[in-house]
This record gives sequence, C-alpha cells and structure tokens, in this order.
Amino acid sequence: MNSTSRNSPQPQWNDHRIELIIGTLLRAGVLLSASVVLLGGILYLVRNGHAIATYSTFHGDLSPLRNLSGIAHGVLQLSGRAIVQFGLLLLIATPVARVIFSAIAFALERDYRYVVLTLVVLAILVCSFLNSIFGSRLI
Amino acid sequence: MSVLLFTALVLIGSFIAGFLGSLTGLGGGVVIVPLLALAFHVDMRYAIGASLVSVIATSSGAASAYVREGFSNMRIGMFLEVATTIGAIAGALIAAHVSTSTIAVVFGFVLIYSAYLSIRPQPAYPVNDPQDALARFLHLDSSYPTSQGEQHYTVHRIPLGFGLMFGAGTLSGLLGIGSGAVKVLAMDQAMRIPFKVSTTTSNFMIGVTAAASAGVYLARGYIDPGIAMPVVLGALAGSMLGARVLVNARTKSLRLVFGAVIVILGIEMIFNGFTGRI
Repeated sequence: MNSTSRNSPQPQWNDHRIELIIGTLLRAGVLLSASVVLLGGILYLVRNGHAIATYSTFHGDLSPLRNLSGIAHGVLQLSGRAIVQFGLLLLIATPVARVIFSAIAFALERDYRYVVLTLVVLAILVCSFLNSIFGSRLI
Repeated sequence: MSVLLFTALVLIGSFIAGFLGSLTGLGGGVVIVPLLALAFHVDMRYAIGASLVSVIATSSGAASAYVREGFSNMRIGMFLEVATTIGAIAGALIAAHVSTSTIAVVFGFVLIYSAYLSIRPQPAYPVNDPQDALARFLHLDSSYPTSQGEQHYTVHRIPLGFGLMFGAGTLSGLLGIGSGAVKVLAMDQAMRIPFKVSTTTSNFMIGVTAAASAGVYLARGYIDPGIAMPVVLGALAGSMLGARVLVNARTKSLRLVFGAVIVILGIEMIFNGFTGRI
C-alpha cells in the first residue's frame, strides 16, 4: 500500500489529523465572522432600518468599503455597514488561512512537492486581493 | 421597501435556499442569485457578490463535518485549486466586462445543467484500474472508508480534470456560485474519483475558489454589506440545519422538486437576460 509514502516520518502528522485541524479552523473562522456580521448588521438595522432599500441600480463602484483602509476607517467610526464588511472580510480570509495552514502541514509531513503547490495557490489568492490591499486597480 | 423589510425577506429566502441546497447537495448559491435578481430586482453585480460570500460560509461550515468522515482528499483538492483559483480570477474579471444580461443567460444554462446533474444516476467505476503515472507523481491516489473497510482508488485523466476545474473556477467567478456541479463532474466523470471523495473534496475547494474571486469582487464594489449580511447569515443557518436533518431525510423526491425549481429559475433567467430585463 502507499500508506507508507502518504504518512510522514513523524507519525503524529498524518493527513487525517491535518484535515481535522483544518475543519476546526474553518468552523472557528465561520463562527467568528458570522458573529461580527451579525453585530454590525444589528447596528446597521437599528440606525438605518427605516431607510429605503435601493439595490436595483449598481453604485458599488463608489463604495468606500472596497478596500482595507476604507473598511478600517469605517470600523473605527463604528459604522454598522463597515463592521459587516469587516466580518465578510474575515469570512473571505478563512479559506486563505486554511491554505496557509496547509502549507505548514505539508512541510511538517515533508511533502515538499505540495508545499510548493500550496504556495502557488496562496500567491494566486494574494494577487486577487492586490486591488483591495492597495486601493488601486492593479489587476 | 424599507431596509428592515428587505433584510427580513432576504434572510428568510436565503435560509430556505441554504437549507434546500445542503439537503440536496446542490448548494444554496444556485438559487440565491435568481432569488435576489428576479424576486427583489437586485442588480446582478450585487447579487453575485452576496451569493459568493455566502458560498464561502456554507462550504467552510460544512467542511468540518465532512473531514471527520475521512472521505476528502486534500492533495487532490490543493492540486486542483491551482486551476480553480486562476479560473476564478479570470471569471471575476470577465464579469466586470460583460453585460448583466449576458451573465443572466449563462447563469440560466448553468442552472439547468446543475439540475440535470442532480437527478442523473451516479456512475460506478472499476476499482482495480491501472495506475496513472502523473497521479503517482502528485501522490493523488488514496483510499476511503467503506462498510467493507478501506477502499483504494486511483486518479485518472489529470490534464482533462485540471482543464475542467479551470472552467469550474471561471463559472464560479463569473456567476458568484460554488459551481460544485462542474467540480464534481470533473472529479467524478473525468478523473474517475469515487463519488463520496469527489463531493467532499469539491466542498473543500469551493471556499478557496470563491475567496479568489471575492478579492476581485470586493475591489469592484460587488460586495455590499446591506445585501450580503442577510444572505450570509440566512444561508449559513439554513445549511447548518440542512446538514443536521440530512441523515434522516429521504432526499430523492426532494432533489426532483428542487431540480424542477432550478430548471424554472434557469428558464426565467435566460428569458430575462435575452429580453434585457436583468
């Protein structure tokens, strides 16, 4: 069987244990971000619940919540919308954290082929966030 | 409509979508976009943005339950995520340059195709296949638990699967859905990975794929907190409840009903797209 090649030289690091840790990590990330979204959502509804919802025309290209500095600025002013957006950002970061943990786990398993593959995925993810990090249109 | 009423209705709709999506295995994303676009007249860009973040929530929430069963294969997942994440960024960039009507029409066809896949019988493959050299190089072959003990499997046609995964990623980024149906097609049909392994590994990959397009969506303002908040919370609660009752539920007739709903939504998306109403 190929189980000898799949398992690491250190028996405490095997695929199933890593997957269990990843599962817990994902669950924690989702619960944390959902709590932040809920908190911000309550603030937003208490203050703006009676406003008129206008989502049939798109004006998101003017939103200040398109980049990290805009979201941070809004959160510091305790804006409900910004806190929701921060929670959504935590949610989006959850699978990214999973990729980072996978890279470490593959290194502990000494599967360097997969360390490289995982870092490629991480690099692609970082590329997709360049616009939001720097607040300008890079891609 | 007031913000409060809009939030409450979208929350209920997303809860039902998440519940049925997890019961039938089709995911809630496929109904959330038509729900927002057709019933609430939300602009397609806001709809796909909200749906995409809800997909991250439901797939990550479900993953912790799946890994305990030991079906998912994280090497297959990580290898194919190279294809899906590049595809996702490409899809999200395409979404910014085509009309919302075009997106609606493509969405409609994907809906109908997903419905077809959900009612199609699961194919069975011979278990003692010869090994694939590329699969061996990438350490993709593995085993999974069955009632008769550990069942070994081998992975095939990796370039074809990788290409299909790029397509799945592109659809995910273009339409704001998990495209679990196309992912399962690539793994199950093309790469001949056992169905249980395909579905659980696909669920694992959905979050990372969606995160790649979410970066592009965020910077373009597609992710609006006012819409995404009820969609994420509703879909997450619904899918968690769905996962709880899944064990006891008879899902076959439910899949047929949900499949029929998806076909109707698909036709409506295509019609509204062609007539330019979306």
